[in-house]
Amino acid sequence: MNRYPLWKYIVIGVSLLLGLLYTLPNFYGNEPAVQISADKPTVKIEPATVQRVESILNLGKIAYRGVKLEGKNVTVRFADEDTQTKGSTALREQLGQDYVVAQNLLPRSPAWLSSLGALPMYLGLDLRGGVHFLLQLDTKAAFNKAMERHASDVRSSLREKKVQYTSVTRQGGEVRVTFADTASRDKAKDIIADRVSDLFVKETQEGNEYVLIGSMRPEALTRRQDLDLKQNLTTLRNRVNELGVAEPIIQQQGNDRIVVQLPGIQDTARAKQILGRTATLEIRMADFSDAEVAAAEQGQAPLGAALHTERDGRKLLVRKQVSLTGDYITDASPGFDENGRAAVHMTLDTRGARIFQQLTRENVGKRMAIVLIEKGQEEVITAPNIITEIAGGRVQITGMRSPEEANDIALLLRAGALAAPMEIIEERTVGPSLGADNISRGFNSTLIGFALIAAFMVVYYGVFGLISVITLAINVALLIGILSLMQATLTLPGIAGIALTVGMAIDANVLIFERIREELRNGNSPQAAIHAGFDRAWDTIFDSNLTTLIAGFFLFWLGSGPVRGFAVVLCIGILTSMFSAVTVSRGIVNLTYGRAKKLDSISIG
Amino acid sequence: MELFQIKRDIPFMKYAKGTTIFSAITFVLAIVFLVWKGLNLGVDFTGGTVLEVRYVQAADIQKVREQLAAHGHADASVQNFGTSRDVLIRLAVKQGVTSAQLSEQVMGVLKQQSPDVTMQRVEFVGPQVGKELLYDGSLALLAVSFGIVAYLALRFEWRFAVAAIVATFHDVLIIVGLFALFQWEFSLTVLAAVLAILGYSVNDTVVVFDRIRENFRKMRKGSVSEIIDNAITRTLSRTVMTHVTTQLMVFSMLFLGGEILYYFALALTIGIVVGTYSSILVASPIVMWLGVSREDFVKAEKKPEAEVLP
Repeated sequence: MNRYPLWKYIVIGVSLLLGLLYTLPNFYGNEPAVQISADKPTVKIEPATVQRVESILNLGKIAYRGVKLEGKNVTVRFADEDTQTKGSTALREQLGQDYVVAQNLLPRSPAWLSSLGALPMYLGLDLRGGVHFLLQLDTKAAFNKAMERHASDVRSSLREKKVQYTSVTRQGGEVRVTFADTASRDKAKDIIADRVSDLFVKETQEGNEYVLIGSMRPEALTRRQDLDLKQNLTTLRNRVNELGVAEPIIQQQGNDRIVVQLPGIQDTARAKQILGRTATLEIRMADFSDAEVAAAEQGQAPLGAALHTERDGRKLLVRKQVSLTGDYITDASPGFDENGRAAVHMTLDTRGARIFQQLTRENVGKRMAIVLIEKGQEEVITAPNIITEIAGGRVQITGMRSPEEANDIALLLRAGALAAPMEIIEERTVGPSLGADNISRGFNSTLIGFALIAAFMVVYYGVFGLISVITLAINVALLIGILSLMQATLTLPGIAGIALTVGMAIDANVLIFERIREELRNGNSPQAAIHAGFDRAWDTIFDSNLTTLIAGFFLFWLGSGPVRGFAVVLCIGILTSMFSAVTVSRGIVNLTYGRAKKLDSISIG
Repeated sequence: MELFQIKRDIPFMKYAKGTTIFSAITFVLAIVFLVWKGLNLGVDFTGGTVLEVRYVQAADIQKVREQLAAHGHADASVQNFGTSRDVLIRLAVKQGVTSAQLSEQVMGVLKQQSPDVTMQRVEFVGPQVGKELLYDGSLALLAVSFGIVAYLALRFEWRFAVAAIVATFHDVLIIVGLFALFQWEFSLTVLAAVLAILGYSVNDTVVVFDRIRENFRKMRKGSVSEIIDNAITRTLSRTVMTHVTTQLMVFSMLFLGGEILYYFALALTIGIVVGTYSSILVASPIVMWLGVSREDFVKAEKKPEAEVLP
């Protein structure tokens, strides 16, 4: 009476096989590797690149386990982290700027497993080490910047259309334009509506001044914010590429946040510095006489100019109006000037080159200032005299304090500027050694807990206990297999979830076994007791597991980061444990006892 | 082996009054601790910075403290974390200083004293994020409770749903109360443990309720309290067995899982112990006092006896 039809055994067998197959890669572990990809679309990764990589490593006498062309990357595997670091340093130095060289962990599992799509679970930051940042867009600063730009647009449009105005100023969240007569005001209103459509314009009159007050349209504001966030995403992506991180995660979260996860990064301080920097470069004119500078030092700066301090301590009066922004930069690299001082060489795109040429042509003999703006602080890096018109868009910026600074500034210019400043509002950094500790602790505690439960069950329930231990092991294999198939990220709370699932999964078997014992006590035959035990326990198992599933579901829905990992494991664990503890264990019991014609006793403790 | 060879039903419902008063007292005490001492909320909820650093030799906590105070971090809490070489430093949120700067500053200060110190872990949570996590956590707690009540009301009867949720809140409140009393750190992982216990503890109550429902259908004789006593006695063995196995695993996490899993496992341990007690001696008496009767089940005879599904 306790027999399964053949198809049930087949279902069990197939799911077992699949479970084992997809669990297997996790036991091979990962090995340190270096991943090389192209930094520019013009650079191709081809078999020749592999040879180049090999020759660099051979020349440096760095041992490696293999170089392979995988899609658009070349991967080099190493035996340990020491040679990995050596290898990546050598490769980064000798391949040059066209390539991104990133350290990575790659699965050690054999090729036939990978070709079946059986890959190990992705290790979370708390297990492999790395940095997690949550960055928030500074919407206020973004707004101010947009208004500043609108004021400047209004100014230039009016000037271009030759409309007379008294002043254009930004006051709080508004742009104020004043006129001497209504005719110019009406004309200006049409021009602004046409040219600066993000502004909503109101007319008023104050004394004998005719005023236009422009405020930002709400829909323009949200669009602006969205654009800023998108540009910041791109910029952060570029910067992360510059840092050389394999498998980074850079994602938008909500409408004003960005998540950045950099697994396995060694130098977290540098990562923070590069990511958080909001530096932009601006070229502005500093064409004021010494007398004007002296007056400004007394607190009487001319309109539209501000006093700055040069790096050598001298005062400099710089216009607020921006002549050229960093947006036109296509490339920037660190280097040295003819006197051997650190410098940044940058290339402008055609439009930027044309603006720069015009600027230099019209201002020969005057000074211009190269201003680095970071976190609202403006710093004049250098303020050269314009000696001659510069065509072609190749510009050299001197005045760097050190080659390192030249390197950092070049990187920031190359990667582009953040459209609006971002603030780190959450950070989780885990050092690589702690990550390894966490893995071994999590693994060991699960293993020992499992062993304790196994021993206890066998002692208490005999052969049935043994069956439940086997099904428990199958449950773990299925759970890990499904998690691997989903390519879920395993975190420490995730491991805790696996452990807890193991502890709780045995509940179903206990329920069944206790029920069988009860039926035996009531004088039923062993076969009837087994049958009734499994049947009657099912309802209870279903109800009791469903409540835990509800908890897991909401935990996943409302939880964040590590809690989510725990919830995913808990939910899948409940489903696999219901399958293994009921169907699989029944299958084994049927195979063990179900065929016996006359069964006098069963070993259930 | 069999530990529970009980011939006669244990009259649990006789003791129900006593145990309920006991539960009510612990319940009130837990609230008192919670109000009086408050939870020692972790950095996840309050915002702030936590740094875990490792020294090559045993760290001199006092010196680290002085060093930090000398550099304007007098509010820093410094303590050992697991081993004598690991040190945990907590810093409150500072206006105008970003996390990036703060952790670098602190590392700089520590490196002056002993250059071999390495950073193991940094957690910074902005005050705004902390508030959101607290809000989401509370919402999750409510949503889980509501979901479970709805399910039980659907599957059993409203009285069972009420009793189960009271028993479960009892468990959660005692966990939280103990965390308040001993000022153990209440972090995001502890919250996850509390929510897991919500599900787990109800799970246990459901097993007893299931038997009560079955008994109402099968036992034609017997008072309500006898029926409940029989249900609890019959499931007692299972209740204890399940908790023992789960507890074995949780102990393993508690002692071997390292500092990060310690409070997680601790919350689970309390939850398992209290949960066992409450599903037997809190939930069932409430069902009885709410006036459950045989008629509630005999009428609804359409039981969905599903065949064992894969």
